[in-house]
Amino acid sequence: MASPVSPTRITINGREREIEASPGTPLVYALRNDLGLVAAKYGCGLGRCGACTVHLDGEAAFSCMVSVGEVAGREVTTLEGLGSANALHPLQQAFLDEQAAQCGYCIPGIIMTVAALLEKDPHPDDDAIRTALEGMLCRCGAHDRILRAIRRVTDAPRAESWV
Amino acid sequence: MSQAPHQTEQDVRRLDTTAVASFLELDSDGTVTIYSGKVELGTGIATALSQIVADELGVPIESIRIVMGDTALTPDQGTTAGSKTLQVAGPLLQRAAIAARRELLERAAERLEVDPRDLTIVDGVVRPIDGSTFAIPIGDLAAEPFSGTIPDAAGPGERTSGVVGTSVPRVDLLAKLTGGRAYVHDVVLDGMLHGRVIRPYVRTMDGSGHVVAVDDGDALAIPGVVAVVRDGDFLGVVAEREEIAIRAAEALRVTWADDPPLPSPDALHDRMRMADTIDTEPLHRGDVDAAMRDSSRTLTATYRFPMQAHASMGPSCAVADVGDDRATIYTSTQGVYGLRAALAPLLGMDEDRIQMIYREGAGCYGHNGADDVAADAVLLSQAVGRPVRVQWMRRDEFAWEPKGPAMLIDMSAALDPDNDILAWQHTTWTPTHVARPGGQPGHLLAGQQVDPPMPEPQMRMGGGDRNAPTTYAFPNERVTMHWLPDAPLRPSAFRTLGGLHNTTANEMFLDEIAASIGEDPVALRLRLLPDSRAREVVSAAAERAGWGTAIDAPDGMLAGRGIAFTRYEVEYAYVAMVADVLIDPDSGLVRATRMVAAHDCGRIINPDGVRNQVEGNIIQGISRSLKEEVRWDDREITTLTWETYPILTFPEVPEIDIVLIDRPVEPPLGAGEPATCPVTAAIGNAIHDATGVWMRDVPFTPERVRQAMERR
Repeated sequence: MASPVSPTRITINGREREIEASPGTPLVYALRNDLGLVAAKYGCGLGRCGACTVHLDGEAAFSCMVSVGEVAGREVTTLEGLGSANALHPLQQAFLDEQAAQCGYCIPGIIMTVAALLEKDPHPDDDAIRTALEGMLCRCGAHDRILRAIRRVTDAPRAESWV
Repeated sequence: MSQAPHQTEQDVRRLDTTAVASFLELDSDGTVTIYSGKVELGTGIATALSQIVADELGVPIESIRIVMGDTALTPDQGTTAGSKTLQVAGPLLQRAAIAARRELLERAAERLEVDPRDLTIVDGVVRPIDGSTFAIPIGDLAAEPFSGTIPDAAGPGERTSGVVGTSVPRVDLLAKLTGGRAYVHDVVLDGMLHGRVIRPYVRTMDGSGHVVAVDDGDALAIPGVVAVVRDGDFLGVVAEREEIAIRAAEALRVTWADDPPLPSPDALHDRMRMADTIDTEPLHRGDVDAAMRDSSRTLTATYRFPMQAHASMGPSCAVADVGDDRATIYTSTQGVYGLRAALAPLLGMDEDRIQMIYREGAGCYGHNGADDVAADAVLLSQAVGRPVRVQWMRRDEFAWEPKGPAMLIDMSAALDPDNDILAWQHTTWTPTHVARPGGQPGHLLAGQQVDPPMPEPQMRMGGGDRNAPTTYAFPNERVTMHWLPDAPLRPSAFRTLGGLHNTTANEMFLDEIAASIGEDPVALRLRLLPDSRAREVVSAAAERAGWGTAIDAPDGMLAGRGIAFTRYEVEYAYVAMVADVLIDPDSGLVRATRMVAAHDCGRIINPDGVRNQVEGNIIQGISRSLKEEVRWDDREITTLTWETYPILTFPEVPEIDIVLIDRPVEPPLGAGEPATCPVTAAIGNAIHDATGVWMRDVPFTPERVRQAMERR
């Protein structure tokens, strides 16, 4: 028995998509289960770990804390919209170059958070980076190499846009 | 080099652990496939094992592919745990690859009518050693599977690729960095439904939480709910969509039986000391009692450790597809065979009808909820006759995952008039640290809940004595273990098992002795360690850390530096660690500002892989030292969120400096957890250096540090 709701239209990674999820569905489930975009992860469901972070109109947002109905008419960007295996975003390339992960479950959310930060401030200092990542949890302890990866990008000459 | 896609066909692969063909397969295009019973837990082991095989076979790393943890395809190599994969499976694959290479050279020699000793393999091509031009790609020799058995000793290989010892990039990262389906959480099967299970937010050893009554009216009224499943005390919901399953689980009205109240966590260690225990003496060298009697001075100290949580970022998940006469289960268990043996009686199905396929979880630091959630998914799938994916919620994970056990350790030592340590007594109270399912469904939470329940598991006492013995040259040394048959919450394996706790007690107590006899902690360790590799890591860490130099402290802050050493399990990797800390005397807040480690794990396969592990051990170790404690009230666990179970955050991460000591001719030793062991003691000793107080209760929270400083 499918949910008897009319489809919701949302814009994901620049494309308008129609999904079956009811408007009250947390965005993270619609991304993962309706759209097959699995970079955003369920971590806590309470906006306290950052694993589900995406961009909402260019700002970092927890996809577990916003509903499908709330994002109608807004631009949602996921990690998949930032870059792909064949066309890596500079942050993805830097994380790869620095081997900045262990299990990797937290990394998409961290990259999305940093990408949003760099859009506002392309050369944040160490404190600004750490503060921006305060709500991003990593249990494996890959923090040091994550910070090194980010510095590869922030220490580089100014790029036009990170998004 | 790539990770192999899932193979659904029931292969006729050999699975015995003596045949080369069980582990290695060569395709006509030159691709070499490794079939590994050991699995990737996020530590980079898929890459390191690939390097070993590439190196010995003489093929490019890119031509290696690896299949891990599939009961239809990979041999049973037990549990992936204890920093043993590289140490045990690495040499096995190395010997298999050496044998495979010899077989390929013989095949080529026969074809060319030359002596195999005149041939070599470079870059996946058989060539004559003398440099003549003819060549045979090894894919041309792939018509038959490898026929040899794995030799017990293979002698040195030729290692013509030279890829071991280099920082080959990890094979699994690109997918993880680009939203690939890299995790068990990402598995999708045709017709798959979503399930959630409902239990009280507590997990005791006897599976308490009996269901008195269930009102499923509200849950079943939600559109998209497929079933409410009940079997004894096992309770779950299945729905077409994940968010509907979550809503249905919340809508279920359950009346639970009153369980006896849980003992207070504050009284935990006193109760441990009073409990009836099973006592063992894993080490007694000399005569400790006599030395204590005859000594001029004795010292004692007691250390207490809380229960801690694995706290993986992603709650445990599994996908099960149970049919009438066969089942397929995607799981992030550390042991696909052991879990299969435990699920078979729960399913009422023979093991050979069940295929377990490993997929990575969200980090693995020991026995977390991976096994239990697989049992949950199996029961729900069996009930509805369709594939079911179950992911626990964050609170579920904190409540139900087996916990790293609490421990209580008494230390005592006897000194002679020259301040030499005559006797060393280490006494530990601990429950077991090993309760993996391993063929026993009664170890699985669902197995305890179904009606009738699965047989009560045979408990084995183990893991709590890890690193209780030291490697110091004490003339009299004894370890006494008091094993507790019970614990308030079910305990099992968490990174290092008792290694972190026992190392902390040993290394902090040694510093207490150093302080009492006025000897430098580094000098004392160097004097007491007979093993030159041990002394080398201590010296290297001290030198890199600037031992003896001043630490900059901002106004009003106290600064300190401490060292600790461990040799993992007394026979494996050597680690020395120096911690620099800053302490706010008003709040008691401790911050680790710089951590230096010197690490010797024998032959290094992948230096960056080792660094990654050491960094992770340090950061997770700081978190466990300063912050982490599972708490509960008389009814349920109260640390169910990241606010109540905080872990180290980015602003708190210190500068990390690692000295790797490579021993190319020594066997490789696991690096997955040894560096956790000395972290707490290095920090504890640094706190003493800064404040003069000995912190003997872990974690070193601001409140505890402030109180200790006030008492002083």
